[in-house]
Amino acid sequence: MNPNPQTMFDKIWRRHELGNGLIYIDLHLVHEVTSPQAFDGLRLADRTVRRPDRTLATADHNVPTDDTPLARMITDELSRKQVEKLESNCEEFGVPLYSLGSQRRGIVHVIGPELGVTQPGMTIVCGDSHTSTHGAFGALAFGIGTSEVEHVLATQTLVQKRPKTMRINYSGKLPEEVGAKDMILATIGRLGTGGMAGHVVEYAGEAVRALSMEGRMTMCNMTIEGGGRAGMIAPDEATFAYVEGKPGAPEDFGAAVAAWRELTTDEGAGFDTEVEIDASSLSPMVTWGTNPGMVTEVASTVPEPGSLEGPVNAETAARALAYMALEPGTPITEIQLDRVFIGSCTNSRIEDLRAAAAIVEGRQVASSVRAMVVPGSEGVRRAAEEEGLHETFREAGFEWRASGCSMCLGMNPDILIEGERCASTSNRNFEGRQGKGGRTHLVSPRMAAAAAIEGHFVDIRNWERTANSRQRTTPSSGGSR
Amino acid sequence: MKPVEVIEGKVSVLDRADVDTDQIIPKQFLKRVERTGFGEFLFYDWIRDGEIELEPNPILVAGANFGSGSSREHAVWALADFGFDAVIAPSFSDIFYVNSTKNGLLPVIVSAEHCRGIAAAGQARIDLDDQTVDYAGGVVRFEIEEDVRHRLLAGHDEISVTLQVSDAIDAYERDHPAIGRATTSL
Repeated sequence: MNPNPQTMFDKIWRRHELGNGLIYIDLHLVHEVTSPQAFDGLRLADRTVRRPDRTLATADHNVPTDDTPLARMITDELSRKQVEKLESNCEEFGVPLYSLGSQRRGIVHVIGPELGVTQPGMTIVCGDSHTSTHGAFGALAFGIGTSEVEHVLATQTLVQKRPKTMRINYSGKLPEEVGAKDMILATIGRLGTGGMAGHVVEYAGEAVRALSMEGRMTMCNMTIEGGGRAGMIAPDEATFAYVEGKPGAPEDFGAAVAAWRELTTDEGAGFDTEVEIDASSLSPMVTWGTNPGMVTEVASTVPEPGSLEGPVNAETAARALAYMALEPGTPITEIQLDRVFIGSCTNSRIEDLRAAAAIVEGRQVASSVRAMVVPGSEGVRRAAEEEGLHETFREAGFEWRASGCSMCLGMNPDILIEGERCASTSNRNFEGRQGKGGRTHLVSPRMAAAAAIEGHFVDIRNWERTANSRQRTTPSSGGSR
Repeated sequence: MKPVEVIEGKVSVLDRADVDTDQIIPKQFLKRVERTGFGEFLFYDWIRDGEIELEPNPILVAGANFGSGSSREHAVWALADFGFDAVIAPSFSDIFYVNSTKNGLLPVIVSAEHCRGIAAAGQARIDLDDQTVDYAGGVVRFEIEEDVRHRLLAGHDEISVTLQVSDAIDAYERDHPAIGRATTSL
């Protein structure tokens, strides 16, 4: 028995503590939206980037998904200026950048893992709250503000208060058709959008171990939606296999793996908070409100604000329902949709696209729905096209786009029109997030794909049989758009 | 950063919980590459749709979990540029809280009951040195980390403070060489 058991978080934190309240940052990811003011700050104070070799930049938030080949060809003037600013800043300060035209460009939280620069045991930061994604590799990864971006650029360290720790243990096996997105949505629904505040959260248990790396990234990604500082999952064979052979992987891979194996939380290590969730009881989830904690099971109904149990208060729920134009008591499966978006740093990786493609193969998007698939990176896009997934989507009536943040946050031309209702695989259903007056329901890629076919949500656990039989009797009539 | 010590004056009230930074400063304004000029876009949709009214007073009182969601520091810049010097709430999201302290926008955590009292009083005096909020309903003490309090009172630039210990950073880097490849070599 280890006399001094430590959590995975403890081990990484200790290794990176410098004293003076500082921690060392191994990898700093940069994008165009939250960095210009930080680079300006460096210039004003005549400072340099301390470790360009531990810094990596890409353009994602503003990037049109129409294959615009170069930053200077972006139509929107402010977007163009912001990406061009990133290019000139990276050039001036020697920071490696994958901008428009690069085969390695993509959403920052997709390309880090894809290039193998995201590795177990690291401290990773980025001026983006979804940096928690990288914790899926057993790294300590979290989002920071622009002042902190400047601090990391200048010093490769960060002033950090030691967070509290939480472990969420998922016992049992997930039912069929229930995945990582449902696990994390159900967890946020239970704990609330502030339920993980102040904590670094380790996801553990049988159901987490069984997840692919893509699924683990989905879970860690949405930790911030529960208010958590960072999400983490212990590295294992799946993690090592994912990193191996990637361009950024350690040269002495065997030695690195040996060190990574030591990161796992020791038996008997204590957490400030422990939560138990029975994974076998989970369902496909759909959000009904204006934050990710306003979520319910697909077989359920839109809740009555006055009768809600849990962290959402009645007044907030009533306002959310008014914004969402939903009546309490409406079955979730009767909610009609105008748009379907498959993409974002939460669900745009190859496995997500395969899962959605398997649902839509041989079927047609409902005539009332405009549906799009936006791969998370140019790398994901190439991989999907090699497998022919783009043809599957196109034949079903989906738009197949170039990579970027796209409709997750509407900083580029992909937005909802006022009043449009969207099933989205992204991470935030905040008011106006996908476009002013747009109504967002967060779901898994399979749920989004099935909703695109039917034009409303469906319970995918008992949907496919009916859909298949319908498909045999009524050959599809819609063409690809 | 200018030092923060006493913030006194009228209170604006935003009686909502879980106010996310997408509401504080909607995405279309994040394309600006400057740090200034965000005040006029604060709560852009809510104010233009007539959902809320806000006076640019020194103090904003808000509901729990204020500043949740996106890490955009633009939210803090917008609140400060609009005229707020402090935000009082029962709780804040972690990233928003940190961003505030880097910009001299003082985040003050007191109970929901005190928040209601301060909102009703319409006026308050926050003393960072004493860690108190004084209002018509009484005096309440608030907690803030000692390092943060000290830095705000002194108005120190955090990067300058860190650069004073660059020897320690050099030493750390000597003792902990990178395991992976340099990003510049990919």
